[in-house]
Amino acid sequence: MFNTLSMYFSYPFVRYALIVGILVAICSSVFGVILVLKRFSFIGDGLSHVAFGAISIAAVLNISNNLLLVLPVTVVSAVLLLRTGQSTKIRGDSMIAMVSVGALAIGYLLLNLFSTSSNIAGDVCSSLFGSSSIITLNLTDVIICSVLCVAVMVIYVLLYNRLFAVTFDENFAKASGINTNGYNTLLAIVIAIIIVLAMNLVGSLLISALIIFPALSSMRVFKNFKAVVICSAIISVVCTVFGIIIALLASTPIGPTIVTTNIIVFLLFLIFSKTR
Amino acid sequence: MSQLSCRNLSIGYDGKTIVSGIDFSVEHGDYLCIIGENGSGKTTLMKTILGLNPQLEGEITFGDRFDKSKIGYLPQQTHIQKDFPASVFEIVLSGCLTGLKKRLFYSKSDKQKALNALEKLQITELKNKSYRELSGGQQQRVLLARAICAANEMLLLDEPVAALDPKATMEFYKLLSELNKCEKITVVMISHNIDSAIKYASHILHIGSKQLFFGDVKSYIKSDAEECFCPKCREGK
Repeated sequence: MFNTLSMYFSYPFVRYALIVGILVAICSSVFGVILVLKRFSFIGDGLSHVAFGAISIAAVLNISNNLLLVLPVTVVSAVLLLRTGQSTKIRGDSMIAMVSVGALAIGYLLLNLFSTSSNIAGDVCSSLFGSSSIITLNLTDVIICSVLCVAVMVIYVLLYNRLFAVTFDENFAKASGINTNGYNTLLAIVIAIIIVLAMNLVGSLLISALIIFPALSSMRVFKNFKAVVICSAIISVVCTVFGIIIALLASTPIGPTIVTTNIIVFLLFLIFSKTR
Repeated sequence: MSQLSCRNLSIGYDGKTIVSGIDFSVEHGDYLCIIGENGSGKTTLMKTILGLNPQLEGEITFGDRFDKSKIGYLPQQTHIQKDFPASVFEIVLSGCLTGLKKRLFYSKSDKQKALNALEKLQITELKNKSYRELSGGQQQRVLLARAICAANEMLLLDEPVAALDPKATMEFYKLLSELNKCEKITVVMISHNIDSAIKYASHILHIGSKQLFFGDVKSYIKSDAEECFCPKCREGK
């Protein structure tokens, strides 16, 4: 087994996969805590479908680096969805449901009508469940991904106190002179970036799992905010690394394996918190 | 000069006026209770004073060396907070947010300030407890400590006892009146309970679609505005 593993790690694409996996795991889990607490996790789910739609369009238009199209489209949708979610006139949740199924349907339709690929079903499956796209990353992808992830993490650390205040009590933060709308927009942009990055790892249908499971697991056990954030980052990294290794050894699809590992950890934490 | 005064103020949101003609002032050390029925605009008034809502007409003026940054705010509890995994200390410390200005992290003196606030409200032993495990009364004390951390000259409280049982309510009122008397903190509070308002407050502001009464408690009891609070008399008028 160790021989097989060391053979795998001698390939650069496996190392790339691990680097990107770990970085994405940290970003998605620390912001996941805020999203879950702010009741924003459904936005992540909607956005991942928008990202799928954007990828389909990129494929149809034959854009070589689809990140250039997918990232802006997802960021703009994130900001718009958050805005409508806050206004009382339009029902935010039905709006998100509408946009997400709409993007899914149109994305698949476009691929069917215009795609030049011979294996549409395979393409769709891999963008929805991420089957193997993470081990097809090249060095440029890894660099873009790393830069974005590090930027997202730096934002988190520097604004930690303000993000905490805005998450716990928006009214109080606003009265303390914090531009809460600005912070919510920032959050929307960051979620969008994380989702686009995480698509490589687990595919668009499974991204939400990466955002919510580590946060929910650590909230079962830990009682202060800092511990919850640190623990969910650790859970997420451990699950991702184990997920990738298991997937390589057992030749299972990477995304679903990572998510399953997360589910197992969640159940363990749940049992632990109940028996205490 | 008064710490805070409102002249001919109209408040509302989305361009709609809820209450107009609000006239009152708050002196240093006052204990003002704002009363009125549900939806009469009490919270909106508070948010307008804090600058969270635009004022539609009239003016709000602050006294010498007094401004919005010296007001500690205790908003209504949101459903998000009930199961929030944060320690008491983390929450109280977030009251120092106003003082951060351009800084990114809290300083030692901020942390000391948070500890002092905990001590003042006799909840030092809850410091490392999780907010979601506290009783309703303890949660309100934590939020009050946070407000004091933010500013210790005036407190604006939005129905702090709404979800508390009678015993916790009594304790909270006592604590507040101690802060008002011993620490000379000005208190402005929204309340539903007219009896406790009369018992503890020094002044009453009663609003409906217009301002129904402003003055000290003694003259409020004599006035007929008090009767307006019971719906029956209202129907008769």
